[in-house]
Amino acid sequence: MSKEDYEVVIGLEVHAELSTKTKIFCSCPTTFGAEPNTHICPICTAMPGTLPVLNEKVVEYAVKAGLATNCEISKDSKNDRKNYFYPDLPKAYQISQFDKPLCEHGYIEIEDDDGNKKKVRLLRIHIEEDAGKLNHNEFGVGSLVDLNRAGVPLIEMVSEPDIRSSREAEQYLRKIKSILEYIEVSDCKMQEGSLRADVNVSVRKKGEEKFGTRTEMKNMNSFRAIVRAIEYEKDRQIEVLEEGGKIEQETLRWDDINGRTSSMRDKEDAQDYRYFPDPDLVAIRLSDEYVENIRKSLPELPESRRDRYIKEYNLSEKDAKLLTSSKYLSNLFEGALEICGNAKAVANWILSDISRILNEKELEPENIPFTAEQLAKMIQLIDKGTISSAIAKKVLTELFENPKDPEEIIKEKGWIQISDEGAIKEVVMKVLENNPQSVADFKGGKDKALGFLVGQAMKETKGKANPQMLNKMFLEELGN
Amino acid sequence: MEIIDLTVHELQEKLKSKEITVEEVTKAYADRIKEKEGDVQAFVTTLEDEAVEQAKSIQKDIEDGKITGDFAGIPIGIKDNMCTKGVKTTCSSKMLENFVAPYDATVVEKLNDEHLIDLGKLNMDEFAMGASTEYSAFKKTRNPWNLNTVPGGSSGGSAAAVAAGMVPWALGSDTGGSIRQPASFCGVVGLKPTYGLVSRFGLVAFASSLDQIGPITKDVTDSAMLLNLIAGHDEKDTTSENIPKKDYTKALKGDVKGLKIGIPKQYYGEGINEEVKAKLQEAIETYKKLGATVEEFSLDIADYALATYYIIACAEASSNLGRFDGIRYGYRTKNYESLKDIYKNSRSEGFGPEVKRRIILGTYVLSSGYYDAYYKKAQQVRTLVKKEFDEAFKKYDVLLTPTSPTVAFEVGTKSSNPLEMYLADICTVPVNIAGLPGISVPCGVNSKGMPIGMQLIGNRFEEEKILNAAYTFEQEIKFRENYKPEFKK
Repeated sequence: MSKEDYEVVIGLEVHAELSTKTKIFCSCPTTFGAEPNTHICPICTAMPGTLPVLNEKVVEYAVKAGLATNCEISKDSKNDRKNYFYPDLPKAYQISQFDKPLCEHGYIEIEDDDGNKKKVRLLRIHIEEDAGKLNHNEFGVGSLVDLNRAGVPLIEMVSEPDIRSSREAEQYLRKIKSILEYIEVSDCKMQEGSLRADVNVSVRKKGEEKFGTRTEMKNMNSFRAIVRAIEYEKDRQIEVLEEGGKIEQETLRWDDINGRTSSMRDKEDAQDYRYFPDPDLVAIRLSDEYVENIRKSLPELPESRRDRYIKEYNLSEKDAKLLTSSKYLSNLFEGALEICGNAKAVANWILSDISRILNEKELEPENIPFTAEQLAKMIQLIDKGTISSAIAKKVLTELFENPKDPEEIIKEKGWIQISDEGAIKEVVMKVLENNPQSVADFKGGKDKALGFLVGQAMKETKGKANPQMLNKMFLEELGN
Repeated sequence: MEIIDLTVHELQEKLKSKEITVEEVTKAYADRIKEKEGDVQAFVTTLEDEAVEQAKSIQKDIEDGKITGDFAGIPIGIKDNMCTKGVKTTCSSKMLENFVAPYDATVVEKLNDEHLIDLGKLNMDEFAMGASTEYSAFKKTRNPWNLNTVPGGSSGGSAAAVAAGMVPWALGSDTGGSIRQPASFCGVVGLKPTYGLVSRFGLVAFASSLDQIGPITKDVTDSAMLLNLIAGHDEKDTTSENIPKKDYTKALKGDVKGLKIGIPKQYYGEGINEEVKAKLQEAIETYKKLGATVEEFSLDIADYALATYYIIACAEASSNLGRFDGIRYGYRTKNYESLKDIYKNSRSEGFGPEVKRRIILGTYVLSSGYYDAYYKKAQQVRTLVKKEFDEAFKKYDVLLTPTSPTVAFEVGTKSSNPLEMYLADICTVPVNIAGLPGISVPCGVNSKGMPIGMQLIGNRFEEEKILNAAYTFEQEIKFRENYKPEFKK
């Protein structure tokens, strides 16, 4: 049999750090990147005698995420202890949710590889606390424990095994990221680990109903790595099966440098987490009114924005979808539009040049360094004829490097378009004088020669001459 | 009467009338500790010198009018499982031998707010697991009535110190009887409040759904006063109930006419010492004489309470004690090559045998494959226990039982037989399982002069009823006036 006779089955457990100001069970700040062990207190370091108090914002944010992903919200939920020993887990148990998660039975809509709409079911969303971090070998010996992250709130979103390709998996993750960003419950910064996924992969022969044995790759935090890991793991599993072998159910480590997976834990360590209800915390009871109020407070979600863009701004479905795929792009679009009023131009700049630069720099939309106002000003400068599109591209590059008021940029760089008739005439005369052959060509009927002459004039003015005026004046001088 | 024989309310009167000073009071207790600690061994950490210094400064502040309040300068002892900033909190375990908490427990904060003076941290069974204080890693506390017997446990240091006049009163904690049983053994008053009445923040957890801090005092009035000081909702403990504050001393009416007392017959059966039974019978007669109605009834589920208790308490303990891993604080083995070694050897060397026994039990009952048969079933039985008590309190105001099946036993007679030790809790654990308040008050002595305690159990948050019933009884039999510990050797 060949590779094409198999299909891959993927399930994802996505962990998203919630962007609450304080931790889930104490009042320490959650901000990323502080000096080790500066955002800690007796509670999140598990000093004897301390007790957790559930941060109500965490429940609110999780309910928001549940509602935005079509989940049922559980009115009666609780916290459980997941017991295991590790130095980054100060209590030797993680407070999580076992059999009564806050949200259940939702779904997320994506497109399958043939472009058809498809629902990926969400089994559950539950709240839990993050663990600390071990810094290995920083001083050469041993490991150092940093508990700043211990107690940062997380939601875990568990999908059903409904995903059938690495492309679908990426779409699903991007969709989750986009939704969480829109409803502002997580900043989803993958490089900081605030969005990460455990990826479960199995393969089976097409048409077969039973799932194959799955392997799990934990804590993946880049789309690219996830796609590569799925592809690798799919091929590896098929190869094992084709050679008559068996897949072991195990946790694997994805080695991004060498592009392969390797076994992570020996089976001897099969963990028994001894879950039981945390007696330090009372049950979480939510009223209908509470849930309804959160539902009403949800911001406009991507689908609805997309439809509005098509209707209000006459954008194509493709463009509207791309713009709303990220809250940051969408907000940039709306923000710039509000100032400059030119929807088409804003959409074009975002979807062509800005997206291209993001790609080249391997940045995500949230990394765009300039503001909507700066983008709007740039577009206004084009519309007013102060700069040409060619200059605008240079301004945009500059906005990515050193964002400031575009007007200041063009002043500093001397990029203001030359629209002074006398100055333009001077250049035109000079170019005509220096290029007699082209003048002759044009007069002989070669229209192309005009383009060359305009190009020479642009070169002469370092792109600053107003192109319409140049065109007009060349034609006048050439006697047309 | 000497200062150390006075109750706190008696001390307050003499302080008010300026017969004595705050400084004299603390000095008297400091001297008493110096005199008796060798025999009684009640303290893990004594703070006599610091306490005397503090008393001087409080005395001055009182004279200068800087501080007021009925409790300013009253000394107290604290069980060594409540965190005290700057003073060691050991839980009588090698694991925390040098542990100094960076914060005060909520109850300690409350005492500090009222300017009470800490005389020291009191000995206990390691991590509050035991019924004789023999499982302390540091010392075996002795019963002041007979130094060859145990003071009970786990708050044995607290009860012995109060009985010996080394502290005027003390805080204990009670997970399955750890306040009431030692109070009964030492002839003092011990109150376990309703679960949720007193904040657990800063109490090193043994079993979170059962633990409760409470007063150990010379008499019922002091018990009500100390409860006034420590009760109340705490934002740091979500299991503490938000109920209106009460003045429990107002409940001490000295009258039980018409009070309906239920006698659960399961508490008077096999395994209960005959002399204890006889004293309880006398107590019943006393209540009848005082105008209460007394009726026997059957609390069928009580037979299952002990097993339920040991499953739930050990399960929670196995998880609560996970944090003692040698990584951030506490004992760390010197003998390790890997992370696993640190865990294994730190815990093997740092914990005593009873703690290990319970961690192993608790780990077992939570394990996959056993969870349903043990932990889950125990929770179901717990619900039934609560229901049966609810039914009982539809008929009765309070329930009356022995506190312990026996009087204080001799040192060394039970410490090697865990099952027998567990049976010492049989009368007290159902109260914790159901989250009810229970108080132990002395009701006499046996033929050898050892105190016998009786337990009054109330409905949730009905501390007033048991306090009044205990107070009225106390006024009638005048135990303190008639009996005194003799430090027999």
